[in-house]
Amino acid sequence: MSTDIDRQWTSRIRHNVVDKLPPDKLLPDTQPAYVASWIYVFGVTTIAALGVVILTGIILALDGPQWWHSSSLGHFVNSMHLWSVEIFFFAMVVHLWGKFSMAAWRGGRSLTWVTGAVTFMASILAGFTGYVSQTNFDSQWIATQAKDGINSTGGGAFFNVLNLGQMLMWHIVLLPLAAVVLTALHVIMVRVKGVVPPFEDATTEVSA
Amino acid sequence: MTKKAFRPDVDAPEYKGAYVPYDIIKEGAIAVLVVFILTAALALVFSSPDEKAITIKTWSNADAVDFAQTAGDELAGTSAVAGYGAPYNSNGTSQHWGFLSPEKWVGVHIPINTSQDFVIDPLSAQPAQPALTAALNQWKSASSTVQTAWADAFNKAEPNLTFVNNRVIIPTKAAGPIPVLLNYETQMARSGALDQALVTQNGFYTTNYTKPLLFLSDGTYFAGLANKQHLLGSQWGMMNETGQYPGQAWLWLYTFWYQVKPWSTSASGDFLVWGTMMILTALMVLVPFIPGLRSIPRKIKIYRIIWREHYTQ
Amino acid sequence: MAQGWGLGALINLDHYGHYIQWHVIQISVGNLIVMVLMVATFVAALLAPFPGRRNRKGAK
Repeated sequence: MSTDIDRQWTSRIRHNVVDKLPPDKLLPDTQPAYVASWIYVFGVTTIAALGVVILTGIILALDGPQWWHSSSLGHFVNSMHLWSVEIFFFAMVVHLWGKFSMAAWRGGRSLTWVTGAVTFMASILAGFTGYVSQTNFDSQWIATQAKDGINSTGGGAFFNVLNLGQMLMWHIVLLPLAAVVLTALHVIMVRVKGVVPPFEDATTEVSA
Repeated sequence: MTKKAFRPDVDAPEYKGAYVPYDIIKEGAIAVLVVFILTAALALVFSSPDEKAITIKTWSNADAVDFAQTAGDELAGTSAVAGYGAPYNSNGTSQHWGFLSPEKWVGVHIPINTSQDFVIDPLSAQPAQPALTAALNQWKSASSTVQTAWADAFNKAEPNLTFVNNRVIIPTKAAGPIPVLLNYETQMARSGALDQALVTQNGFYTTNYTKPLLFLSDGTYFAGLANKQHLLGSQWGMMNETGQYPGQAWLWLYTFWYQVKPWSTSASGDFLVWGTMMILTALMVLVPFIPGLRSIPRKIKIYRIIWREHYTQ
Repeated sequence: MAQGWGLGALINLDHYGHYIQWHVIQISVGNLIVMVLMVATFVAALLAPFPGRRNRKGAK
């Protein structure tokens, strides 16, 4: 009987997912006509930069954390890693200003805003752990400076910025995972709800 | 279906207008290509900074006096790390705001005894030499009162410490074995052996540089190098990078608080800055739920420019 | 500097930086350029005409 099948966990989850995010919402081929501004390109630019950050990070990982000091190819890949991070934050901040200007949390989109803001914070931490994993003067100095701030919160006891192994693990495993998962959630929410419609001065009522 | 008041900063009007073709995959592909090319171009043109790490060896050879003074402070228990408090030891006053002091609540988790870890243990691991062994025995068998008296004598003479003919000279006779110990410590440092001793205390492998970094941070040589690169906290250094490269510019607000009172002058400055930033971060994350804050975009009207085509129709 | 691939910088940024000081504010020229570009990009994105959307009738 179909009712037995419908009650299965698998069926329920599939129905829920397909209801909330049918293929034409996940990969749309049209969009509302009001989406007509360059400000809309900075979200996808941020994701593209994240892709380049991860790609160059993977190449740096192949030969280990000190390769880039001794190989000019390694140094070049490190430079790409740095500049893609600069582009990533650059695009993310412009994206943030744009979405704030549109009050893009309206119409049940507040969690989209929240995941975006949390992704920003996770990215700052990811960037920071990268800076202290460089194994050069910069990382030595940043680590000894940052310890005071983190220690003052009590967090330094568990998140020891002077411990290279710990910082490198956070940088190449835990925080990239967090950034990618948060970004995925953020994008899925955008696809589920669609981009926020413009303010309409005339609207006074909403159906609930 | 019930009707309730429309809240313009919370609710969105239903869109009943036109839809236009949109190729999301093509858009993504173009974005990746553009960012990749731009990244490669920036990397080719500007490269990236890589100032070599400094070692205890380079420090003690570049500035033996600063090294010997710092090592003496570590031994005497008068260095910044020796009096840091949690999470390294219980010698300092923890940062706090009122009764809030998470640093103190968490307590000592990464125990550092500067005298033992930075001086006595590394020297004890050296091959036996009569003068060194005698000095170590004299230190170890002395009562803490006697050690403190030696340390006080050292601290008084410390500003006049000199390094002549490869010898540390401390103009005092009341510092017990400290001059001998500091001479061996300085020789050990200048040979590079102290770098090894500080990281191998955990065994063969290590990925943890807590001890040598804390030792480095107590000297003035390290901060002097950072000062030239404008990396000090008082120079907005948190957002700066070595050389002329842009740095972590996104930390501008975090480093800003360190420049203004009361954050810049408080003994608990770090804790106050973190507290301030946590509150501001929470405000940013929760904008959609905060009346007033969430009305700003509707009032500043930048959206009128973004959606100008929509509004002209 | 590492050898082998000839991928050195065309513009060397490894000299001591330049800093701008204005009251309590102190900022490196590198960071200032990035921030000015950010604001300029935001303003340009708002004002630049978006191509290919005018007069197109709805597809739905």
